[in-house]
Amino acid sequence: MRWVAIYKKELRSYFASPLAYVIAFVFIAIVGVWWFFWDFQRFVIISMQAAQNPYYAEALNVNEIVIRNLFGNLALVMLFGLPLLTMRLFAEEKKTGTYELLFTLPLRDWETLLGKFLACWTVFLLMLLLTAVYPVTMALLTNPEPIPILVGYLGITLLGGAFISFGIFISSLTENQIIAAFGTYGLLLVLLAMGWSSSFVGPSVAEVLKDLNIFNHLQSFLKGVIDTRDVVFYVLFSYFFLFLTLRSLESRRWRG
Amino acid sequence: MIEVDGVTKYYGPFPAIKDVSFRVEKGEIVGFLGPNGAGKTTTMKILTCFHPPTFGKAKVAGFDVVEDSLEVRKRVGYLPETVPLYTDQTVRSYLNFIAEVRGLDRSQRKKRVGEVMEECGLEEVREKLIGKLSKGYRQRVGIAQALIHKPEVLILDEPTIGLDPRQIIEIRHLIRGLAGERTVIVSTHILPEVSMVCNRALIINQGRIVAADTPENLTARLQKGMRIHIQVRDNDPREVQRVLESTEGVSRAYVDKEISQGVHRYVVESSDRTDIRGKLARKVVERGWDLLELHSVEMSLEDIFLQLVTEEPVETETLS
Repeated sequence: MRWVAIYKKELRSYFASPLAYVIAFVFIAIVGVWWFFWDFQRFVIISMQAAQNPYYAEALNVNEIVIRNLFGNLALVMLFGLPLLTMRLFAEEKKTGTYELLFTLPLRDWETLLGKFLACWTVFLLMLLLTAVYPVTMALLTNPEPIPILVGYLGITLLGGAFISFGIFISSLTENQIIAAFGTYGLLLVLLAMGWSSSFVGPSVAEVLKDLNIFNHLQSFLKGVIDTRDVVFYVLFSYFFLFLTLRSLESRRWRG
Repeated sequence: MIEVDGVTKYYGPFPAIKDVSFRVEKGEIVGFLGPNGAGKTTTMKILTCFHPPTFGKAKVAGFDVVEDSLEVRKRVGYLPETVPLYTDQTVRSYLNFIAEVRGLDRSQRKKRVGEVMEECGLEEVREKLIGKLSKGYRQRVGIAQALIHKPEVLILDEPTIGLDPRQIIEIRHLIRGLAGERTVIVSTHILPEVSMVCNRALIINQGRIVAADTPENLTARLQKGMRIHIQVRDNDPREVQRVLESTEGVSRAYVDKEISQGVHRYVVESSDRTDIRGKLARKVVERGWDLLELHSVEMSLEDIFLQLVTEEPVETETLS
């Protein structure tokens, strides 16, 4: 259980630095402002139109219009925010020399990695908890269905885990935090763009590209459906990059 | 306690250490001496399981550094060259973290953290952020970290670097105090430090051990001549130099620098270890000059190195 020590240390570090608070604030603010001024307003307008024209009432689904967009926005903001949380995990240790301490302590590599991964995920989940204020506000004003909201959160949680494991991997490759952050951010964008380019290639390749797009797998969750394929995708994605991180940590053994 | 057997470590195509072998017995304090880049740190990194050796075997407390790495790491306390500190934590929480990873339970942890803070003089800064500490305190936090689990083997890479003289004495005292129960390897640049702290010194140069012996023997063996600084007041430095050089047993004498008007410092080197200080003093006084200062100078590590490097083939032969 030595990984718990690493976990606690990482959490302490996150909350000791202003970075986590700034990211949390920006995270909440962007999601909130975007959502309120865009989706919620649209919903209000549609509701008012529906009051005059019963035809519009057909389209009046809170979950579909408002909640689903909330999660979509969340996913995009995470793309910008999470690399800032993961960038320091190994890069900082390499820069300050604590890397050498960490790997001469009686810890297995995976214990170190697990502690760091879970700590980062915890910080992310705390941020996510703060965003619950939006669906709760909605619930006070209208009557959205609770299950799809919870399923949406499950999807976001898994997506967060995938982003974090990817970010940790990039952070383990460099000692420069800026490179770690931009590398993560850039490569995640590439994954996103791969999905877009699927319409320009043949149908068989398109399927593969669509499946590789890390955002595509969120769609089922946003509809309130837990699709095992998507759950497995995120779990495997996270596992794969954590595995690569272990190999990257091991490289200290044969590198200089 | 420590057995190193024909260890070679390559960084890329360059060997950092070549075929290094030595043994350290339990309770010994061994000094690693060597210029920068000689391979001291590399050897230490191998013993602490940070890198495995490319060839050869190393054992610490009976465990192989590659096969039983975790067992070795449990028994070793290590202070790397760059002190590994989390600057955003307080001294107490940092030490507590190390103790926790080291597997100490809650009550032991509290006790040991208190003890090492006392041993290393950290009590007045216990709740301060490490980032706000001076270099001396940081170094001490690093040492405290290495001591916290009462390791059998302690490996300290340049522990006194960046400390003020009083702190250096304290740290040396601390290390000496560990002799007997713990096995210690200290690396350093400073020769007197080795003679003060260590039972034995290993001199490393260009990745090879070029000499291994007690500090006294090493100094005696390597310091073939004597070097004397002498300050004389007179008006003719050339004449003084001539007189000094003509003294029996002197191999070389030259003006080192002008201290003040009419006062020069001369360096006199003798060819063997006979004490020529008395002869020199008499000569100077006989000529009616003012003898202001006269003392012999220990050869510095740099000088010994120059000797070792230039005589390397001979030295390695005598070793084997």
